[in-house]
Amino acid sequence: MTRTVTGEVRLRIPGVLRDLAGGAGELRVAVDEAGVPLDQLLSALSDSWPELVRRLRDETGALRRHVNLFVDGEDVRRGSGLQTVVMPGAVVHVLPSVAGG
Amino acid sequence: MTQTLVAIGTRKGLWLAHSSDRRSWALDGPHFLMHEVPSIGIDTRAGRRRLLVGTRSEHWGPTVLHSDDLGSTWEETPHGAIQFPEKTGAALERVWQIVADPTDDDVVWAGTEPHALWRSADGGQSFSLVQGLWDHPHRTEWGEGFGGGAIHTVLPDPQDPASMVVAMSTGGVYTTGDGGKSWSPANKGIKAPYNPDPWPEFGQCVHKVARDSSTPTRLYAQNHHGVYRSDDRGQTWTSIADGLPTDFGFTVLAHPSHGDELWVVPVVADGERIPPEAELQLQHSTDAGGTWQKQSNGLPHPSYTCVLRDAAAIDDHHEAGVYVGTRNGDVFVSIDAGRSFERLAEQLPDVLCVRAAALP
Repeated sequence: MTRTVTGEVRLRIPGVLRDLAGGAGELRVAVDEAGVPLDQLLSALSDSWPELVRRLRDETGALRRHVNLFVDGEDVRRGSGLQTVVMPGAVVHVLPSVAGG
Repeated sequence: MTQTLVAIGTRKGLWLAHSSDRRSWALDGPHFLMHEVPSIGIDTRAGRRRLLVGTRSEHWGPTVLHSDDLGSTWEETPHGAIQFPEKTGAALERVWQIVADPTDDDVVWAGTEPHALWRSADGGQSFSLVQGLWDHPHRTEWGEGFGGGAIHTVLPDPQDPASMVVAMSTGGVYTTGDGGKSWSPANKGIKAPYNPDPWPEFGQCVHKVARDSSTPTRLYAQNHHGVYRSDDRGQTWTSIADGLPTDFGFTVLAHPSHGDELWVVPVVADGERIPPEAELQLQHSTDAGGTWQKQSNGLPHPSYTCVLRDAAAIDDHHEAGVYVGTRNGDVFVSIDAGRSFERLAEQLPDVLCVRAAALP
């Protein structure tokens, strides 16, 4: 069955990772009207930007401990994690935790 | 004149030092700023000038990169040079060791956290898990040292491609004689003083193992208290700590061409991780650990630093250079077998790994 593409999700990339996204500060992923779970969105991105996606989650698929993903301003760890469904028009921010010395 | 490369992996990046005489050095870096670099391999086999590094970011995780132009550009395998197979349920935490194989110019070995050994047949661009060690029934009982549970020592045998020694903290020494299909603990004689049974089959906290250059069946081990020698590929170990100021430390180095010659960098004790009498020093033996001589000329005193397990190295010049990096960011070099040291670099982040080589 052909899926109907009805919109895009925008992924905002922090400056430190932009070299792994061809220099882009934002990547756009086409999604259909039902939206897509975040882990599937990352898998789709991994086809084009595997080094970038490996910085966000490990090979088991788990979100790295000090990486935070916000969908429309909401921390996915407080919701459904990588199963959070991302709808067309959503903005996903990648934000590193504030830590270290 | 032969160029020497010293690669210095630190808690916050990689520095590369170049010299034509090992007296004056040009320091290039940082590469990978804010990424720790706990493992480095310099591959000069078959005329190569390949640098392999394991890096790790607290945020973005670990990866392996390589450079064929001495660090001007770096390449990363897109989906990762080291990735645990899905069926293991494991994820790479840190690459602790990268070693070029002495008998096959295309083979590179890696030791990682969690405890795993990896083999690359393409010069380090992609690695396969050595399943025989991963499947070892002891694996679930191997513990974590303070730095994490990892294969931190990988010693292929220059005379027998089927033979290899690995070591881990904690877990101890393991050997294979069949190319990695099966592995046996090799810890007889190594004491585990922190254990209710101080002589277990495995579980020792071996900090580093080095192989003698003239007699490859001879090994030297710096343990978590205890310095040992084996003359039978690790099957049995005897103490060579007599004459040392302390039996604690993290690293042991074997001379690349002089048999029976080795160094350790003593640390007072488990609970007092500073140099003996606050004098940064190496202890040097030319009789396989029978006797020891202190070497501290040019090293700081007083000093309250520490030298980690991979933060010391020897280059492959005929008159081998000895390199020592400290947790307070100094690197010292000796080109007279440790009789005197000069400072090569200072004020770097804490040094995790040093590797040095004469470039082809």
